[in-house]
Amino acid sequence: MSRKQREEERVRGIFGRRALALGLGQMGLLGFLAHRLHRLQVDEGERYATLAEENRLSARLLAPPRGRVLDREGRVIAGNQLNWRALLTAEQTTDVGATLETFSRIVPLTDAERARIERDVRRRRRFVPVTVRDFLTWEEMARIELNAPDLPGISVDVGTTRVYPEADHLAHIVGYVAPPAERDMDGDPLLELPGIRVGRSGIERHHDLALRGRAGAVQMEVNAVGRIIRELDRREGVQGQDVQLSVDAALTRTLRGKIEEGTSVVLMDARNGEVLAMATQPSFDPNLFNSGVSTAQWREWTRNRATPLINKATNGLYAPGSTFKMVVALAALEARAVTPGERVYCPGHMDLGESRFHCWNRGGHGGVDMRTALKLSCDVYFYEMAKRLGIDKIAAMGRRFGLGVPLDIELPGIRNGLMPTREWRQAQGRGWALGDTVIHGIGQGFYQLTPLQLATMTARLATGRAVQPHLTRSIGGRPVRGTRAEDWPSLGIPERDLRLVRDAMWSVVNEAGGTARVARLPPEMGAMAGKTGTTQVRRVTREQRERGYRVDQVPREWRPHALFVAFAPHDNPVFAVSVIVEHGSSGSAAAAPLARDVLIEAFQQLRPGPGGSFGARVAEAPRPAGPARP
Amino acid sequence: MRFERRLLLRERGTGVLEKLWQIPWIFVLLLCAVGGVGYVALYSAGGGAPEPYAAKHAIRFGFGLVLMLSIALVDVRLIARFAWLGYAGGIGLLVMVALHGQMGGGAQRWLDLGGFQLQPSELMKILLVVALASWFHKASWERMGNPLFLVPPILAVLLPAALILKQPNLGTALITLMVGGAVFFAAGVRLWKFAVVLGIVAVAAPIAYEQLHDYQRARITTFLDPESDPLGAGYNIIQSKIALGSGGFWGKGFLQGTQGHLNFLPEKQTDFIFTMLAEEFGLVGALSVLGLLATVIAFGFLVALRSRHQFGRLLAVGLATNFFMYVFVNIAMVTGAIPVGGVPLPLISHGGSAMLTAMVGFGLLMSAHVHRDTEWEAARDEQ
Repeated sequence: MSRKQREEERVRGIFGRRALALGLGQMGLLGFLAHRLHRLQVDEGERYATLAEENRLSARLLAPPRGRVLDREGRVIAGNQLNWRALLTAEQTTDVGATLETFSRIVPLTDAERARIERDVRRRRRFVPVTVRDFLTWEEMARIELNAPDLPGISVDVGTTRVYPEADHLAHIVGYVAPPAERDMDGDPLLELPGIRVGRSGIERHHDLALRGRAGAVQMEVNAVGRIIRELDRREGVQGQDVQLSVDAALTRTLRGKIEEGTSVVLMDARNGEVLAMATQPSFDPNLFNSGVSTAQWREWTRNRATPLINKATNGLYAPGSTFKMVVALAALEARAVTPGERVYCPGHMDLGESRFHCWNRGGHGGVDMRTALKLSCDVYFYEMAKRLGIDKIAAMGRRFGLGVPLDIELPGIRNGLMPTREWRQAQGRGWALGDTVIHGIGQGFYQLTPLQLATMTARLATGRAVQPHLTRSIGGRPVRGTRAEDWPSLGIPERDLRLVRDAMWSVVNEAGGTARVARLPPEMGAMAGKTGTTQVRRVTREQRERGYRVDQVPREWRPHALFVAFAPHDNPVFAVSVIVEHGSSGSAAAAPLARDVLIEAFQQLRPGPGGSFGARVAEAPRPAGPARP
Repeated sequence: MRFERRLLLRERGTGVLEKLWQIPWIFVLLLCAVGGVGYVALYSAGGGAPEPYAAKHAIRFGFGLVLMLSIALVDVRLIARFAWLGYAGGIGLLVMVALHGQMGGGAQRWLDLGGFQLQPSELMKILLVVALASWFHKASWERMGNPLFLVPPILAVLLPAALILKQPNLGTALITLMVGGAVFFAAGVRLWKFAVVLGIVAVAAPIAYEQLHDYQRARITTFLDPESDPLGAGYNIIQSKIALGSGGFWGKGFLQGTQGHLNFLPEKQTDFIFTMLAEEFGLVGALSVLGLLATVIAFGFLVALRSRHQFGRLLAVGLATNFFMYVFVNIAMVTGAIPVGGVPLPLISHGGSAMLTAMVGFGLLMSAHVHRDTEWEAARDEQ
């Protein structure tokens, strides 16, 4: 063997060993890869399968349309309208800021809007879309769609917006909606959806749950950039239910046309407490809340002394004046403090110690019995009654008529008012003097009552039953309360007493000498029974009286409020009405004729039939046929 | 000139038909199987259609097959003869790419050859193996022991590695060093010399880290904690692992991979093609493909062991190691075992350059096989 051959063998031997080592090393490393694949695909396979599903699936909530609010004739008071809006889904973009930057080059965004969007993005789960801009014009919508590739995470969606066709006429009743605030988040996933609104006041708030419906859900397969590939599962939500109210929108519109700023009118069905119209001036347009009320608008509303945001019919507080005298009379009859025929002598004033309490008629009424005292609204008679009764008996009777107590109406935040008592005054650390009792006998003093309470009082006088004012006729087509008078409990006041008071109220309007003779109804509508009231907002001094005080010579805001309550027809009551004209000077001159006009409109528009019944179309709820729920 | 004429004469004398007979047709079938796997995977990556990936892949594979068989017939001595010329050509291409190359992924890697995109760094590794094999082929035992004899081949490795690193393409540069190292190792360079080199590397590594580009450092840090940046640099690794893992044992089924088809998987037709396969065909499919690729590598070593000349041995080991490096780095990368680096899976990933260089490599490997018994002495004597 040559040297060259030996060397050849040696090289070959070394190569053989080294090649084997390399080869085995490489196979070993491939074995490591096989082991790693086994670990990923078998040992941890389930975990990764779950992650892959999470990647792939995206759940989205479906907002059901909000239920409508209808008036008693089925007219839409609150409805829904199509609305194009741009949404941003955080999980579909890597950089929310950059996406918004690009967006604002197409549709400009204010800094405040951007702050709001970024806050919403932080607050909501990443797959929940957030509204970037509502109420896009068709052109803006088209420009966004055109630039879609540069706007990851942005989608244009057609949603609905709340619309109130009656604008300001029924604003205080129907209320308005607004995007849910943190405190509204009650765990309902629906509230996280963009564009969702919750009721903020009125019926929208009271019946929010019924109107809102329940969210549906759809499970989708999405790709890496979040585009929906297909729908895997869909669960329809429950549509919001329509709520039908007892109010008549057309009638309300007419009535609001007849009244001035500071006036409230409440018209009820005396028999069952349904509120037929509640008209106040001024009011506000709830449509403005949809896109967010501007600061300027809000300032105008809140600084306006006429308080357009406040419903004076439920939140305005007034002394009832002479309209309260029926309550005092009934309290006196019940306490047997007087008989109907007993005459009280009215010299035009009543002296009590040092003080002299005047009757409105300085010349005096002479001897008056109860019926005459009510008809002429004699103050001295009721001073006397109050003196005999004491404030607590008067207050107790007042509360039975719904005065100064909470009323069961579907309007959140209404005032309960105040029916003063001795105890209440003492709780204030003040004593109750006999003079206080006397002045309270004619409805003046510490009373704080709302026009709605006065209307309720009138309905209860007319029916003798504890009817509660209410607004809802049906929810989702199902009636909610009894509509018959028999559904309400009796007040427990003898019919004889009530008949006496009603008769006296009839005489106020229909007899010579009555304080509201001017307000008679046309004969074909029957007769109404009513009572005037005039309440001082400013004390008239003796000095002024002696100089010859004339109400039309003082500034308007010093003039007394004018009140009138009435029911009609007097022998078979259907309507109960209360009217308060702020600074209207005189119940008989300002309030009573308005009440008459209200009743005429009510008779003409609602057309009570021979038995006093009048129509109300039951809303045909637009909903798919399905199994009726109990 | 005389030598060349004689060589060509002998070539003719051996006969093309006889050489064709010598071609390992089973190996060719094996490669066709791997190419077929690539077709299936790319069909799925194309959303269940031959366009845009699978059809092109088939055409390229057919073209590559012809190229491979042509190279297989070239006399191995001729290849050895022109080894350094080829090496010089490769370096020339790398310099060209540095001067006029196309940008891709933030690096200058591509050379546009009239509509065909060539990545010279891929070809360079093969040319380097050929050059090193020819260098060590002639080496006597004494010369191997002389450290000065190792200086030219070391420089021959470092020069292309440096050019590739400059592109910058850290992954391919490292693979180049490893492949070169494997040839040195197989040639019989003493182990202590490797230890010296490794020692130098250990000292130099921190300095080199300072020189890395930010994105290269990001890859290393992301590798250490991929979850730290789930939507950024770590996204690829995480999504790839999810795709692999969710494939489970049997896979989700052909065209049923959600990660791939819903585009959660990045680069699914190139670097992450193996993930696509593993998601749809599960561990069973993944291990089958791995097995096929391992057989290809094993064949390379078999050729090396059967060769009767050192050139053929070193060529086969170098080419097999080169192929192994692709396979290992790619699969280790998609399984999250090593940092992500743009290394395709040869014959399966979409891409012309990778396919071409792989087929050239296999052609050379086959030439080594066909000419395994070639006598070199005559030729050497002539020198």
